Amino acid sequence: MAIKIALAGNPNCGKTTLFNSLTGSNQYVGNWPGVTVEKKEGKLKGHDDVVIQDLPGIYSLSPYTLEEVVARGYLVNEKPDAILNIIDGTNIERNLYLTTQLIELGIPVVMAVNMIDLVRKNGDKIDLKKLSNELGCEAVEISALKNEGSEKAAELAVAAAKKGKAGELPHVFTGSVEHAIAHIEESIQGKVDGRFLRWYAVKLFERDDKVQAELNLNKELLDHIDAHITDCEKEMDDDAESIITNQRYAYINGVVDKAVKKKPRTENLTVSDKVDQFVTNRILALPIFALIMWLMYAIAMGTSVADGGIGIGTFATDWTNDVLFGEIVPNALGGLLESIGVAGWLYGLIMDGIVAGVGAVLGFVPQMLVLFFLLSILEDVGYMARVAFIMDRIFRRFGLSGKSFIPILVGTGCGVPGVMASRTIENERDRRMTIMTTCFIPCGAKMPIIGLIAGALFGGSSWVATSAYFIGFAAIIISGIILKKTKLFAGDPAPFVMELPAYHVPAWGNVLRATWERGWSFIKRAGTVILAATIILWFLQGFGFENGAFTMVEDQDNSILAIVASAISWIFIPQGFGNWRATVASISGLIAKENVVGTFGVLYHYADELSDNGDEIWPEVAASFTALSAYSFMIFNLLCAPCFAAMGAIKREMNNGKWTAIAIGYMCLFAYCASLVVYQIGGLITGEVSFNIFTIVAIAIIAFTIYLLFRPNKYEGVNEVSFDSKKAVASK
Amino acid sequence: MKTLKDVQVGETVTVAKLHGEGPVKRRIMDMGLTKGTKVYVRKVAPLGDPMELTVRNYELSVRKADAEMIEVE
Repeated sequence: MAIKIALAGNPNCGKTTLFNSLTGSNQYVGNWPGVTVEKKEGKLKGHDDVVIQDLPGIYSLSPYTLEEVVARGYLVNEKPDAILNIIDGTNIERNLYLTTQLIELGIPVVMAVNMIDLVRKNGDKIDLKKLSNELGCEAVEISALKNEGSEKAAELAVAAAKKGKAGELPHVFTGSVEHAIAHIEESIQGKVDGRFLRWYAVKLFERDDKVQAELNLNKELLDHIDAHITDCEKEMDDDAESIITNQRYAYINGVVDKAVKKKPRTENLTVSDKVDQFVTNRILALPIFALIMWLMYAIAMGTSVADGGIGIGTFATDWTNDVLFGEIVPNALGGLLESIGVAGWLYGLIMDGIVAGVGAVLGFVPQMLVLFFLLSILEDVGYMARVAFIMDRIFRRFGLSGKSFIPILVGTGCGVPGVMASRTIENERDRRMTIMTTCFIPCGAKMPIIGLIAGALFGGSSWVATSAYFIGFAAIIISGIILKKTKLFAGDPAPFVMELPAYHVPAWGNVLRATWERGWSFIKRAGTVILAATIILWFLQGFGFENGAFTMVEDQDNSILAIVASAISWIFIPQGFGNWRATVASISGLIAKENVVGTFGVLYHYADELSDNGDEIWPEVAASFTALSAYSFMIFNLLCAPCFAAMGAIKREMNNGKWTAIAIGYMCLFAYCASLVVYQIGGLITGEVSFNIFTIVAIAIIAFTIYLLFRPNKYEGVNEVSFDSKKAVASK
Repeated sequence: MKTLKDVQVGETVTVAKLHGEGPVKRRIMDMGLTKGTKVYVRKVAPLGDPMELTVRNYELSVRKADAEMIEVE
């Protein structure tokens, strides 16, 4: 049977680097079931029978953050054979705090004291022998970045796993607490797995409600345990949870005094401190932030290098779309298909359905890779934490994280990488909220829609585009405030008690790997969904009844999509665009938003290719819309469900069918209500619409929105992570 | 009662007591802000909140609303 080793440690302790160097390319990356937390496992290099499970970076095994719940769920339920605990040697006190909790699990632990090169450079000395004796587990010094000692650490962990025996537990707590814990151990003996006895006893002492619920003890026993806890609390004049935490740190202070010799600091500031003084300077922080964001945007999404900009990402994506999937693949494949004489419908399926569909998906990838490369650098260097630090004040009002700024900024270029950029946000709730709202911002592909409406009905006025961005931001803010008060997002924004890690030069291996992982997960998972959806829509658009037979249609007016659209276009009567062409165009926008303009071209029987903003068909569009209904149409298309690629990205990031459905459903509902209000109320003012039933609906929507915005948050203070670790691990 | 929120940038104080309860309090303690710990207030973010502290040899950021729960001397 394979040996399972869990890799545990604080965030920013070099865990990823160690994991990469131990497993090499032999990794599986996914998510923990049902949650947005990333899960990685891999085989130890040269040992096919050793599986290394990378746990989320955590500071503690408390029951409050999702990462902690996932990690302890894994440790208790999956029972790995050993834990390799990585400790940042430059930050040893806080890192040992987790160690004192890990050793209680009764699983053999090996401590790998990382960043030993930096420790030596600082002139500090860590006595591994003393450290090992104090904590009752083996200790080894490593430098994951310089690949020093990593293999030895892994070998020690394998040896510990084979031995299968945990070390002697140190006496972390004072007499009366140890006494109470011993009593608790006694009373739950036989009810839990023997080696976890100490862990469960300490958790019960802390009144950890997740453990209380799991053990389901009878009331008599609970009261008995509680009496012991209350005695301790009275004696120490503090609550049980605080007593445990205080004593752990007090114990660590003692260990560190014995085992670590710190050289007195001659200079007060490290290089990292000096960088930080400049980068988060009270005056310079915002300009520097703006400059970094501008650079990132310009390189990834900005004007292509081919057009004199610095947009490497745009250049690569243009090339993939226009040359690779615009010329090379269609020409080669088209020639091949013609030469073997395939049937017309098959030719259409392959060329217009599959090739165009795959192309639409893969076209995003180069740009995404460039963007993720830059984001990974920012993350690895340590700047991402500062982004949250700088922007927190603004974004937390809307239930978002300071880091939400980046997905939204990226979303102005393309929603797909925007949604995926949300992965840098630690808190699950903030992350979900960001994923739900990022696509409200007009992305690059929505520009042609705005151009079409502005040109056809507003004389090309630039305020149409300006107002579109304004509406996008307003949608995010309104949604943030409304959603954070709903049961879905119940509770305060997560405690913003965040480490600001020291700056360091990026580890290029990690950056490249992280970049590729994100790109690949998009191609793999989202690719299948998007491809299937694109083919289905291609079929609906290309087939129908013509001359009394079901066939590939010459005239799109006869397609199944047109029939369906005609049947459902009444839905949009309150929005002022209840005609089938507008409906077909909106649906075709699901493949890619710029398709909306092209579809109008086809439906108005314009024979040639349209320009970007479709100025050839402005007269026809102007004839079938009024200014107001066109504007309402634009708002609907900007805010409703994004393209399949973005929906695929949402599904990938939410990692949960229910949440994906909620996100997309919410966007559609919001878009429907917003465009209804604009058309009805606007129409009443301009005299285009007379007072009718929908006017009342519009007023009701406004009133309800105001209520949702200003009602008190009844879930304030409820900050539970609802996550069943047992179920999640079992359903693997 | 003086709380961490009122401490000026550049000052070093000692944690006297933690008020409040639940996840925020636990998180603050998990991060090493326990009774008797020395805290140096390094700076305040450009928009006035949150603040940056040096605790146990590393940098930590907390919101002023949460810093108010930390009594110092």
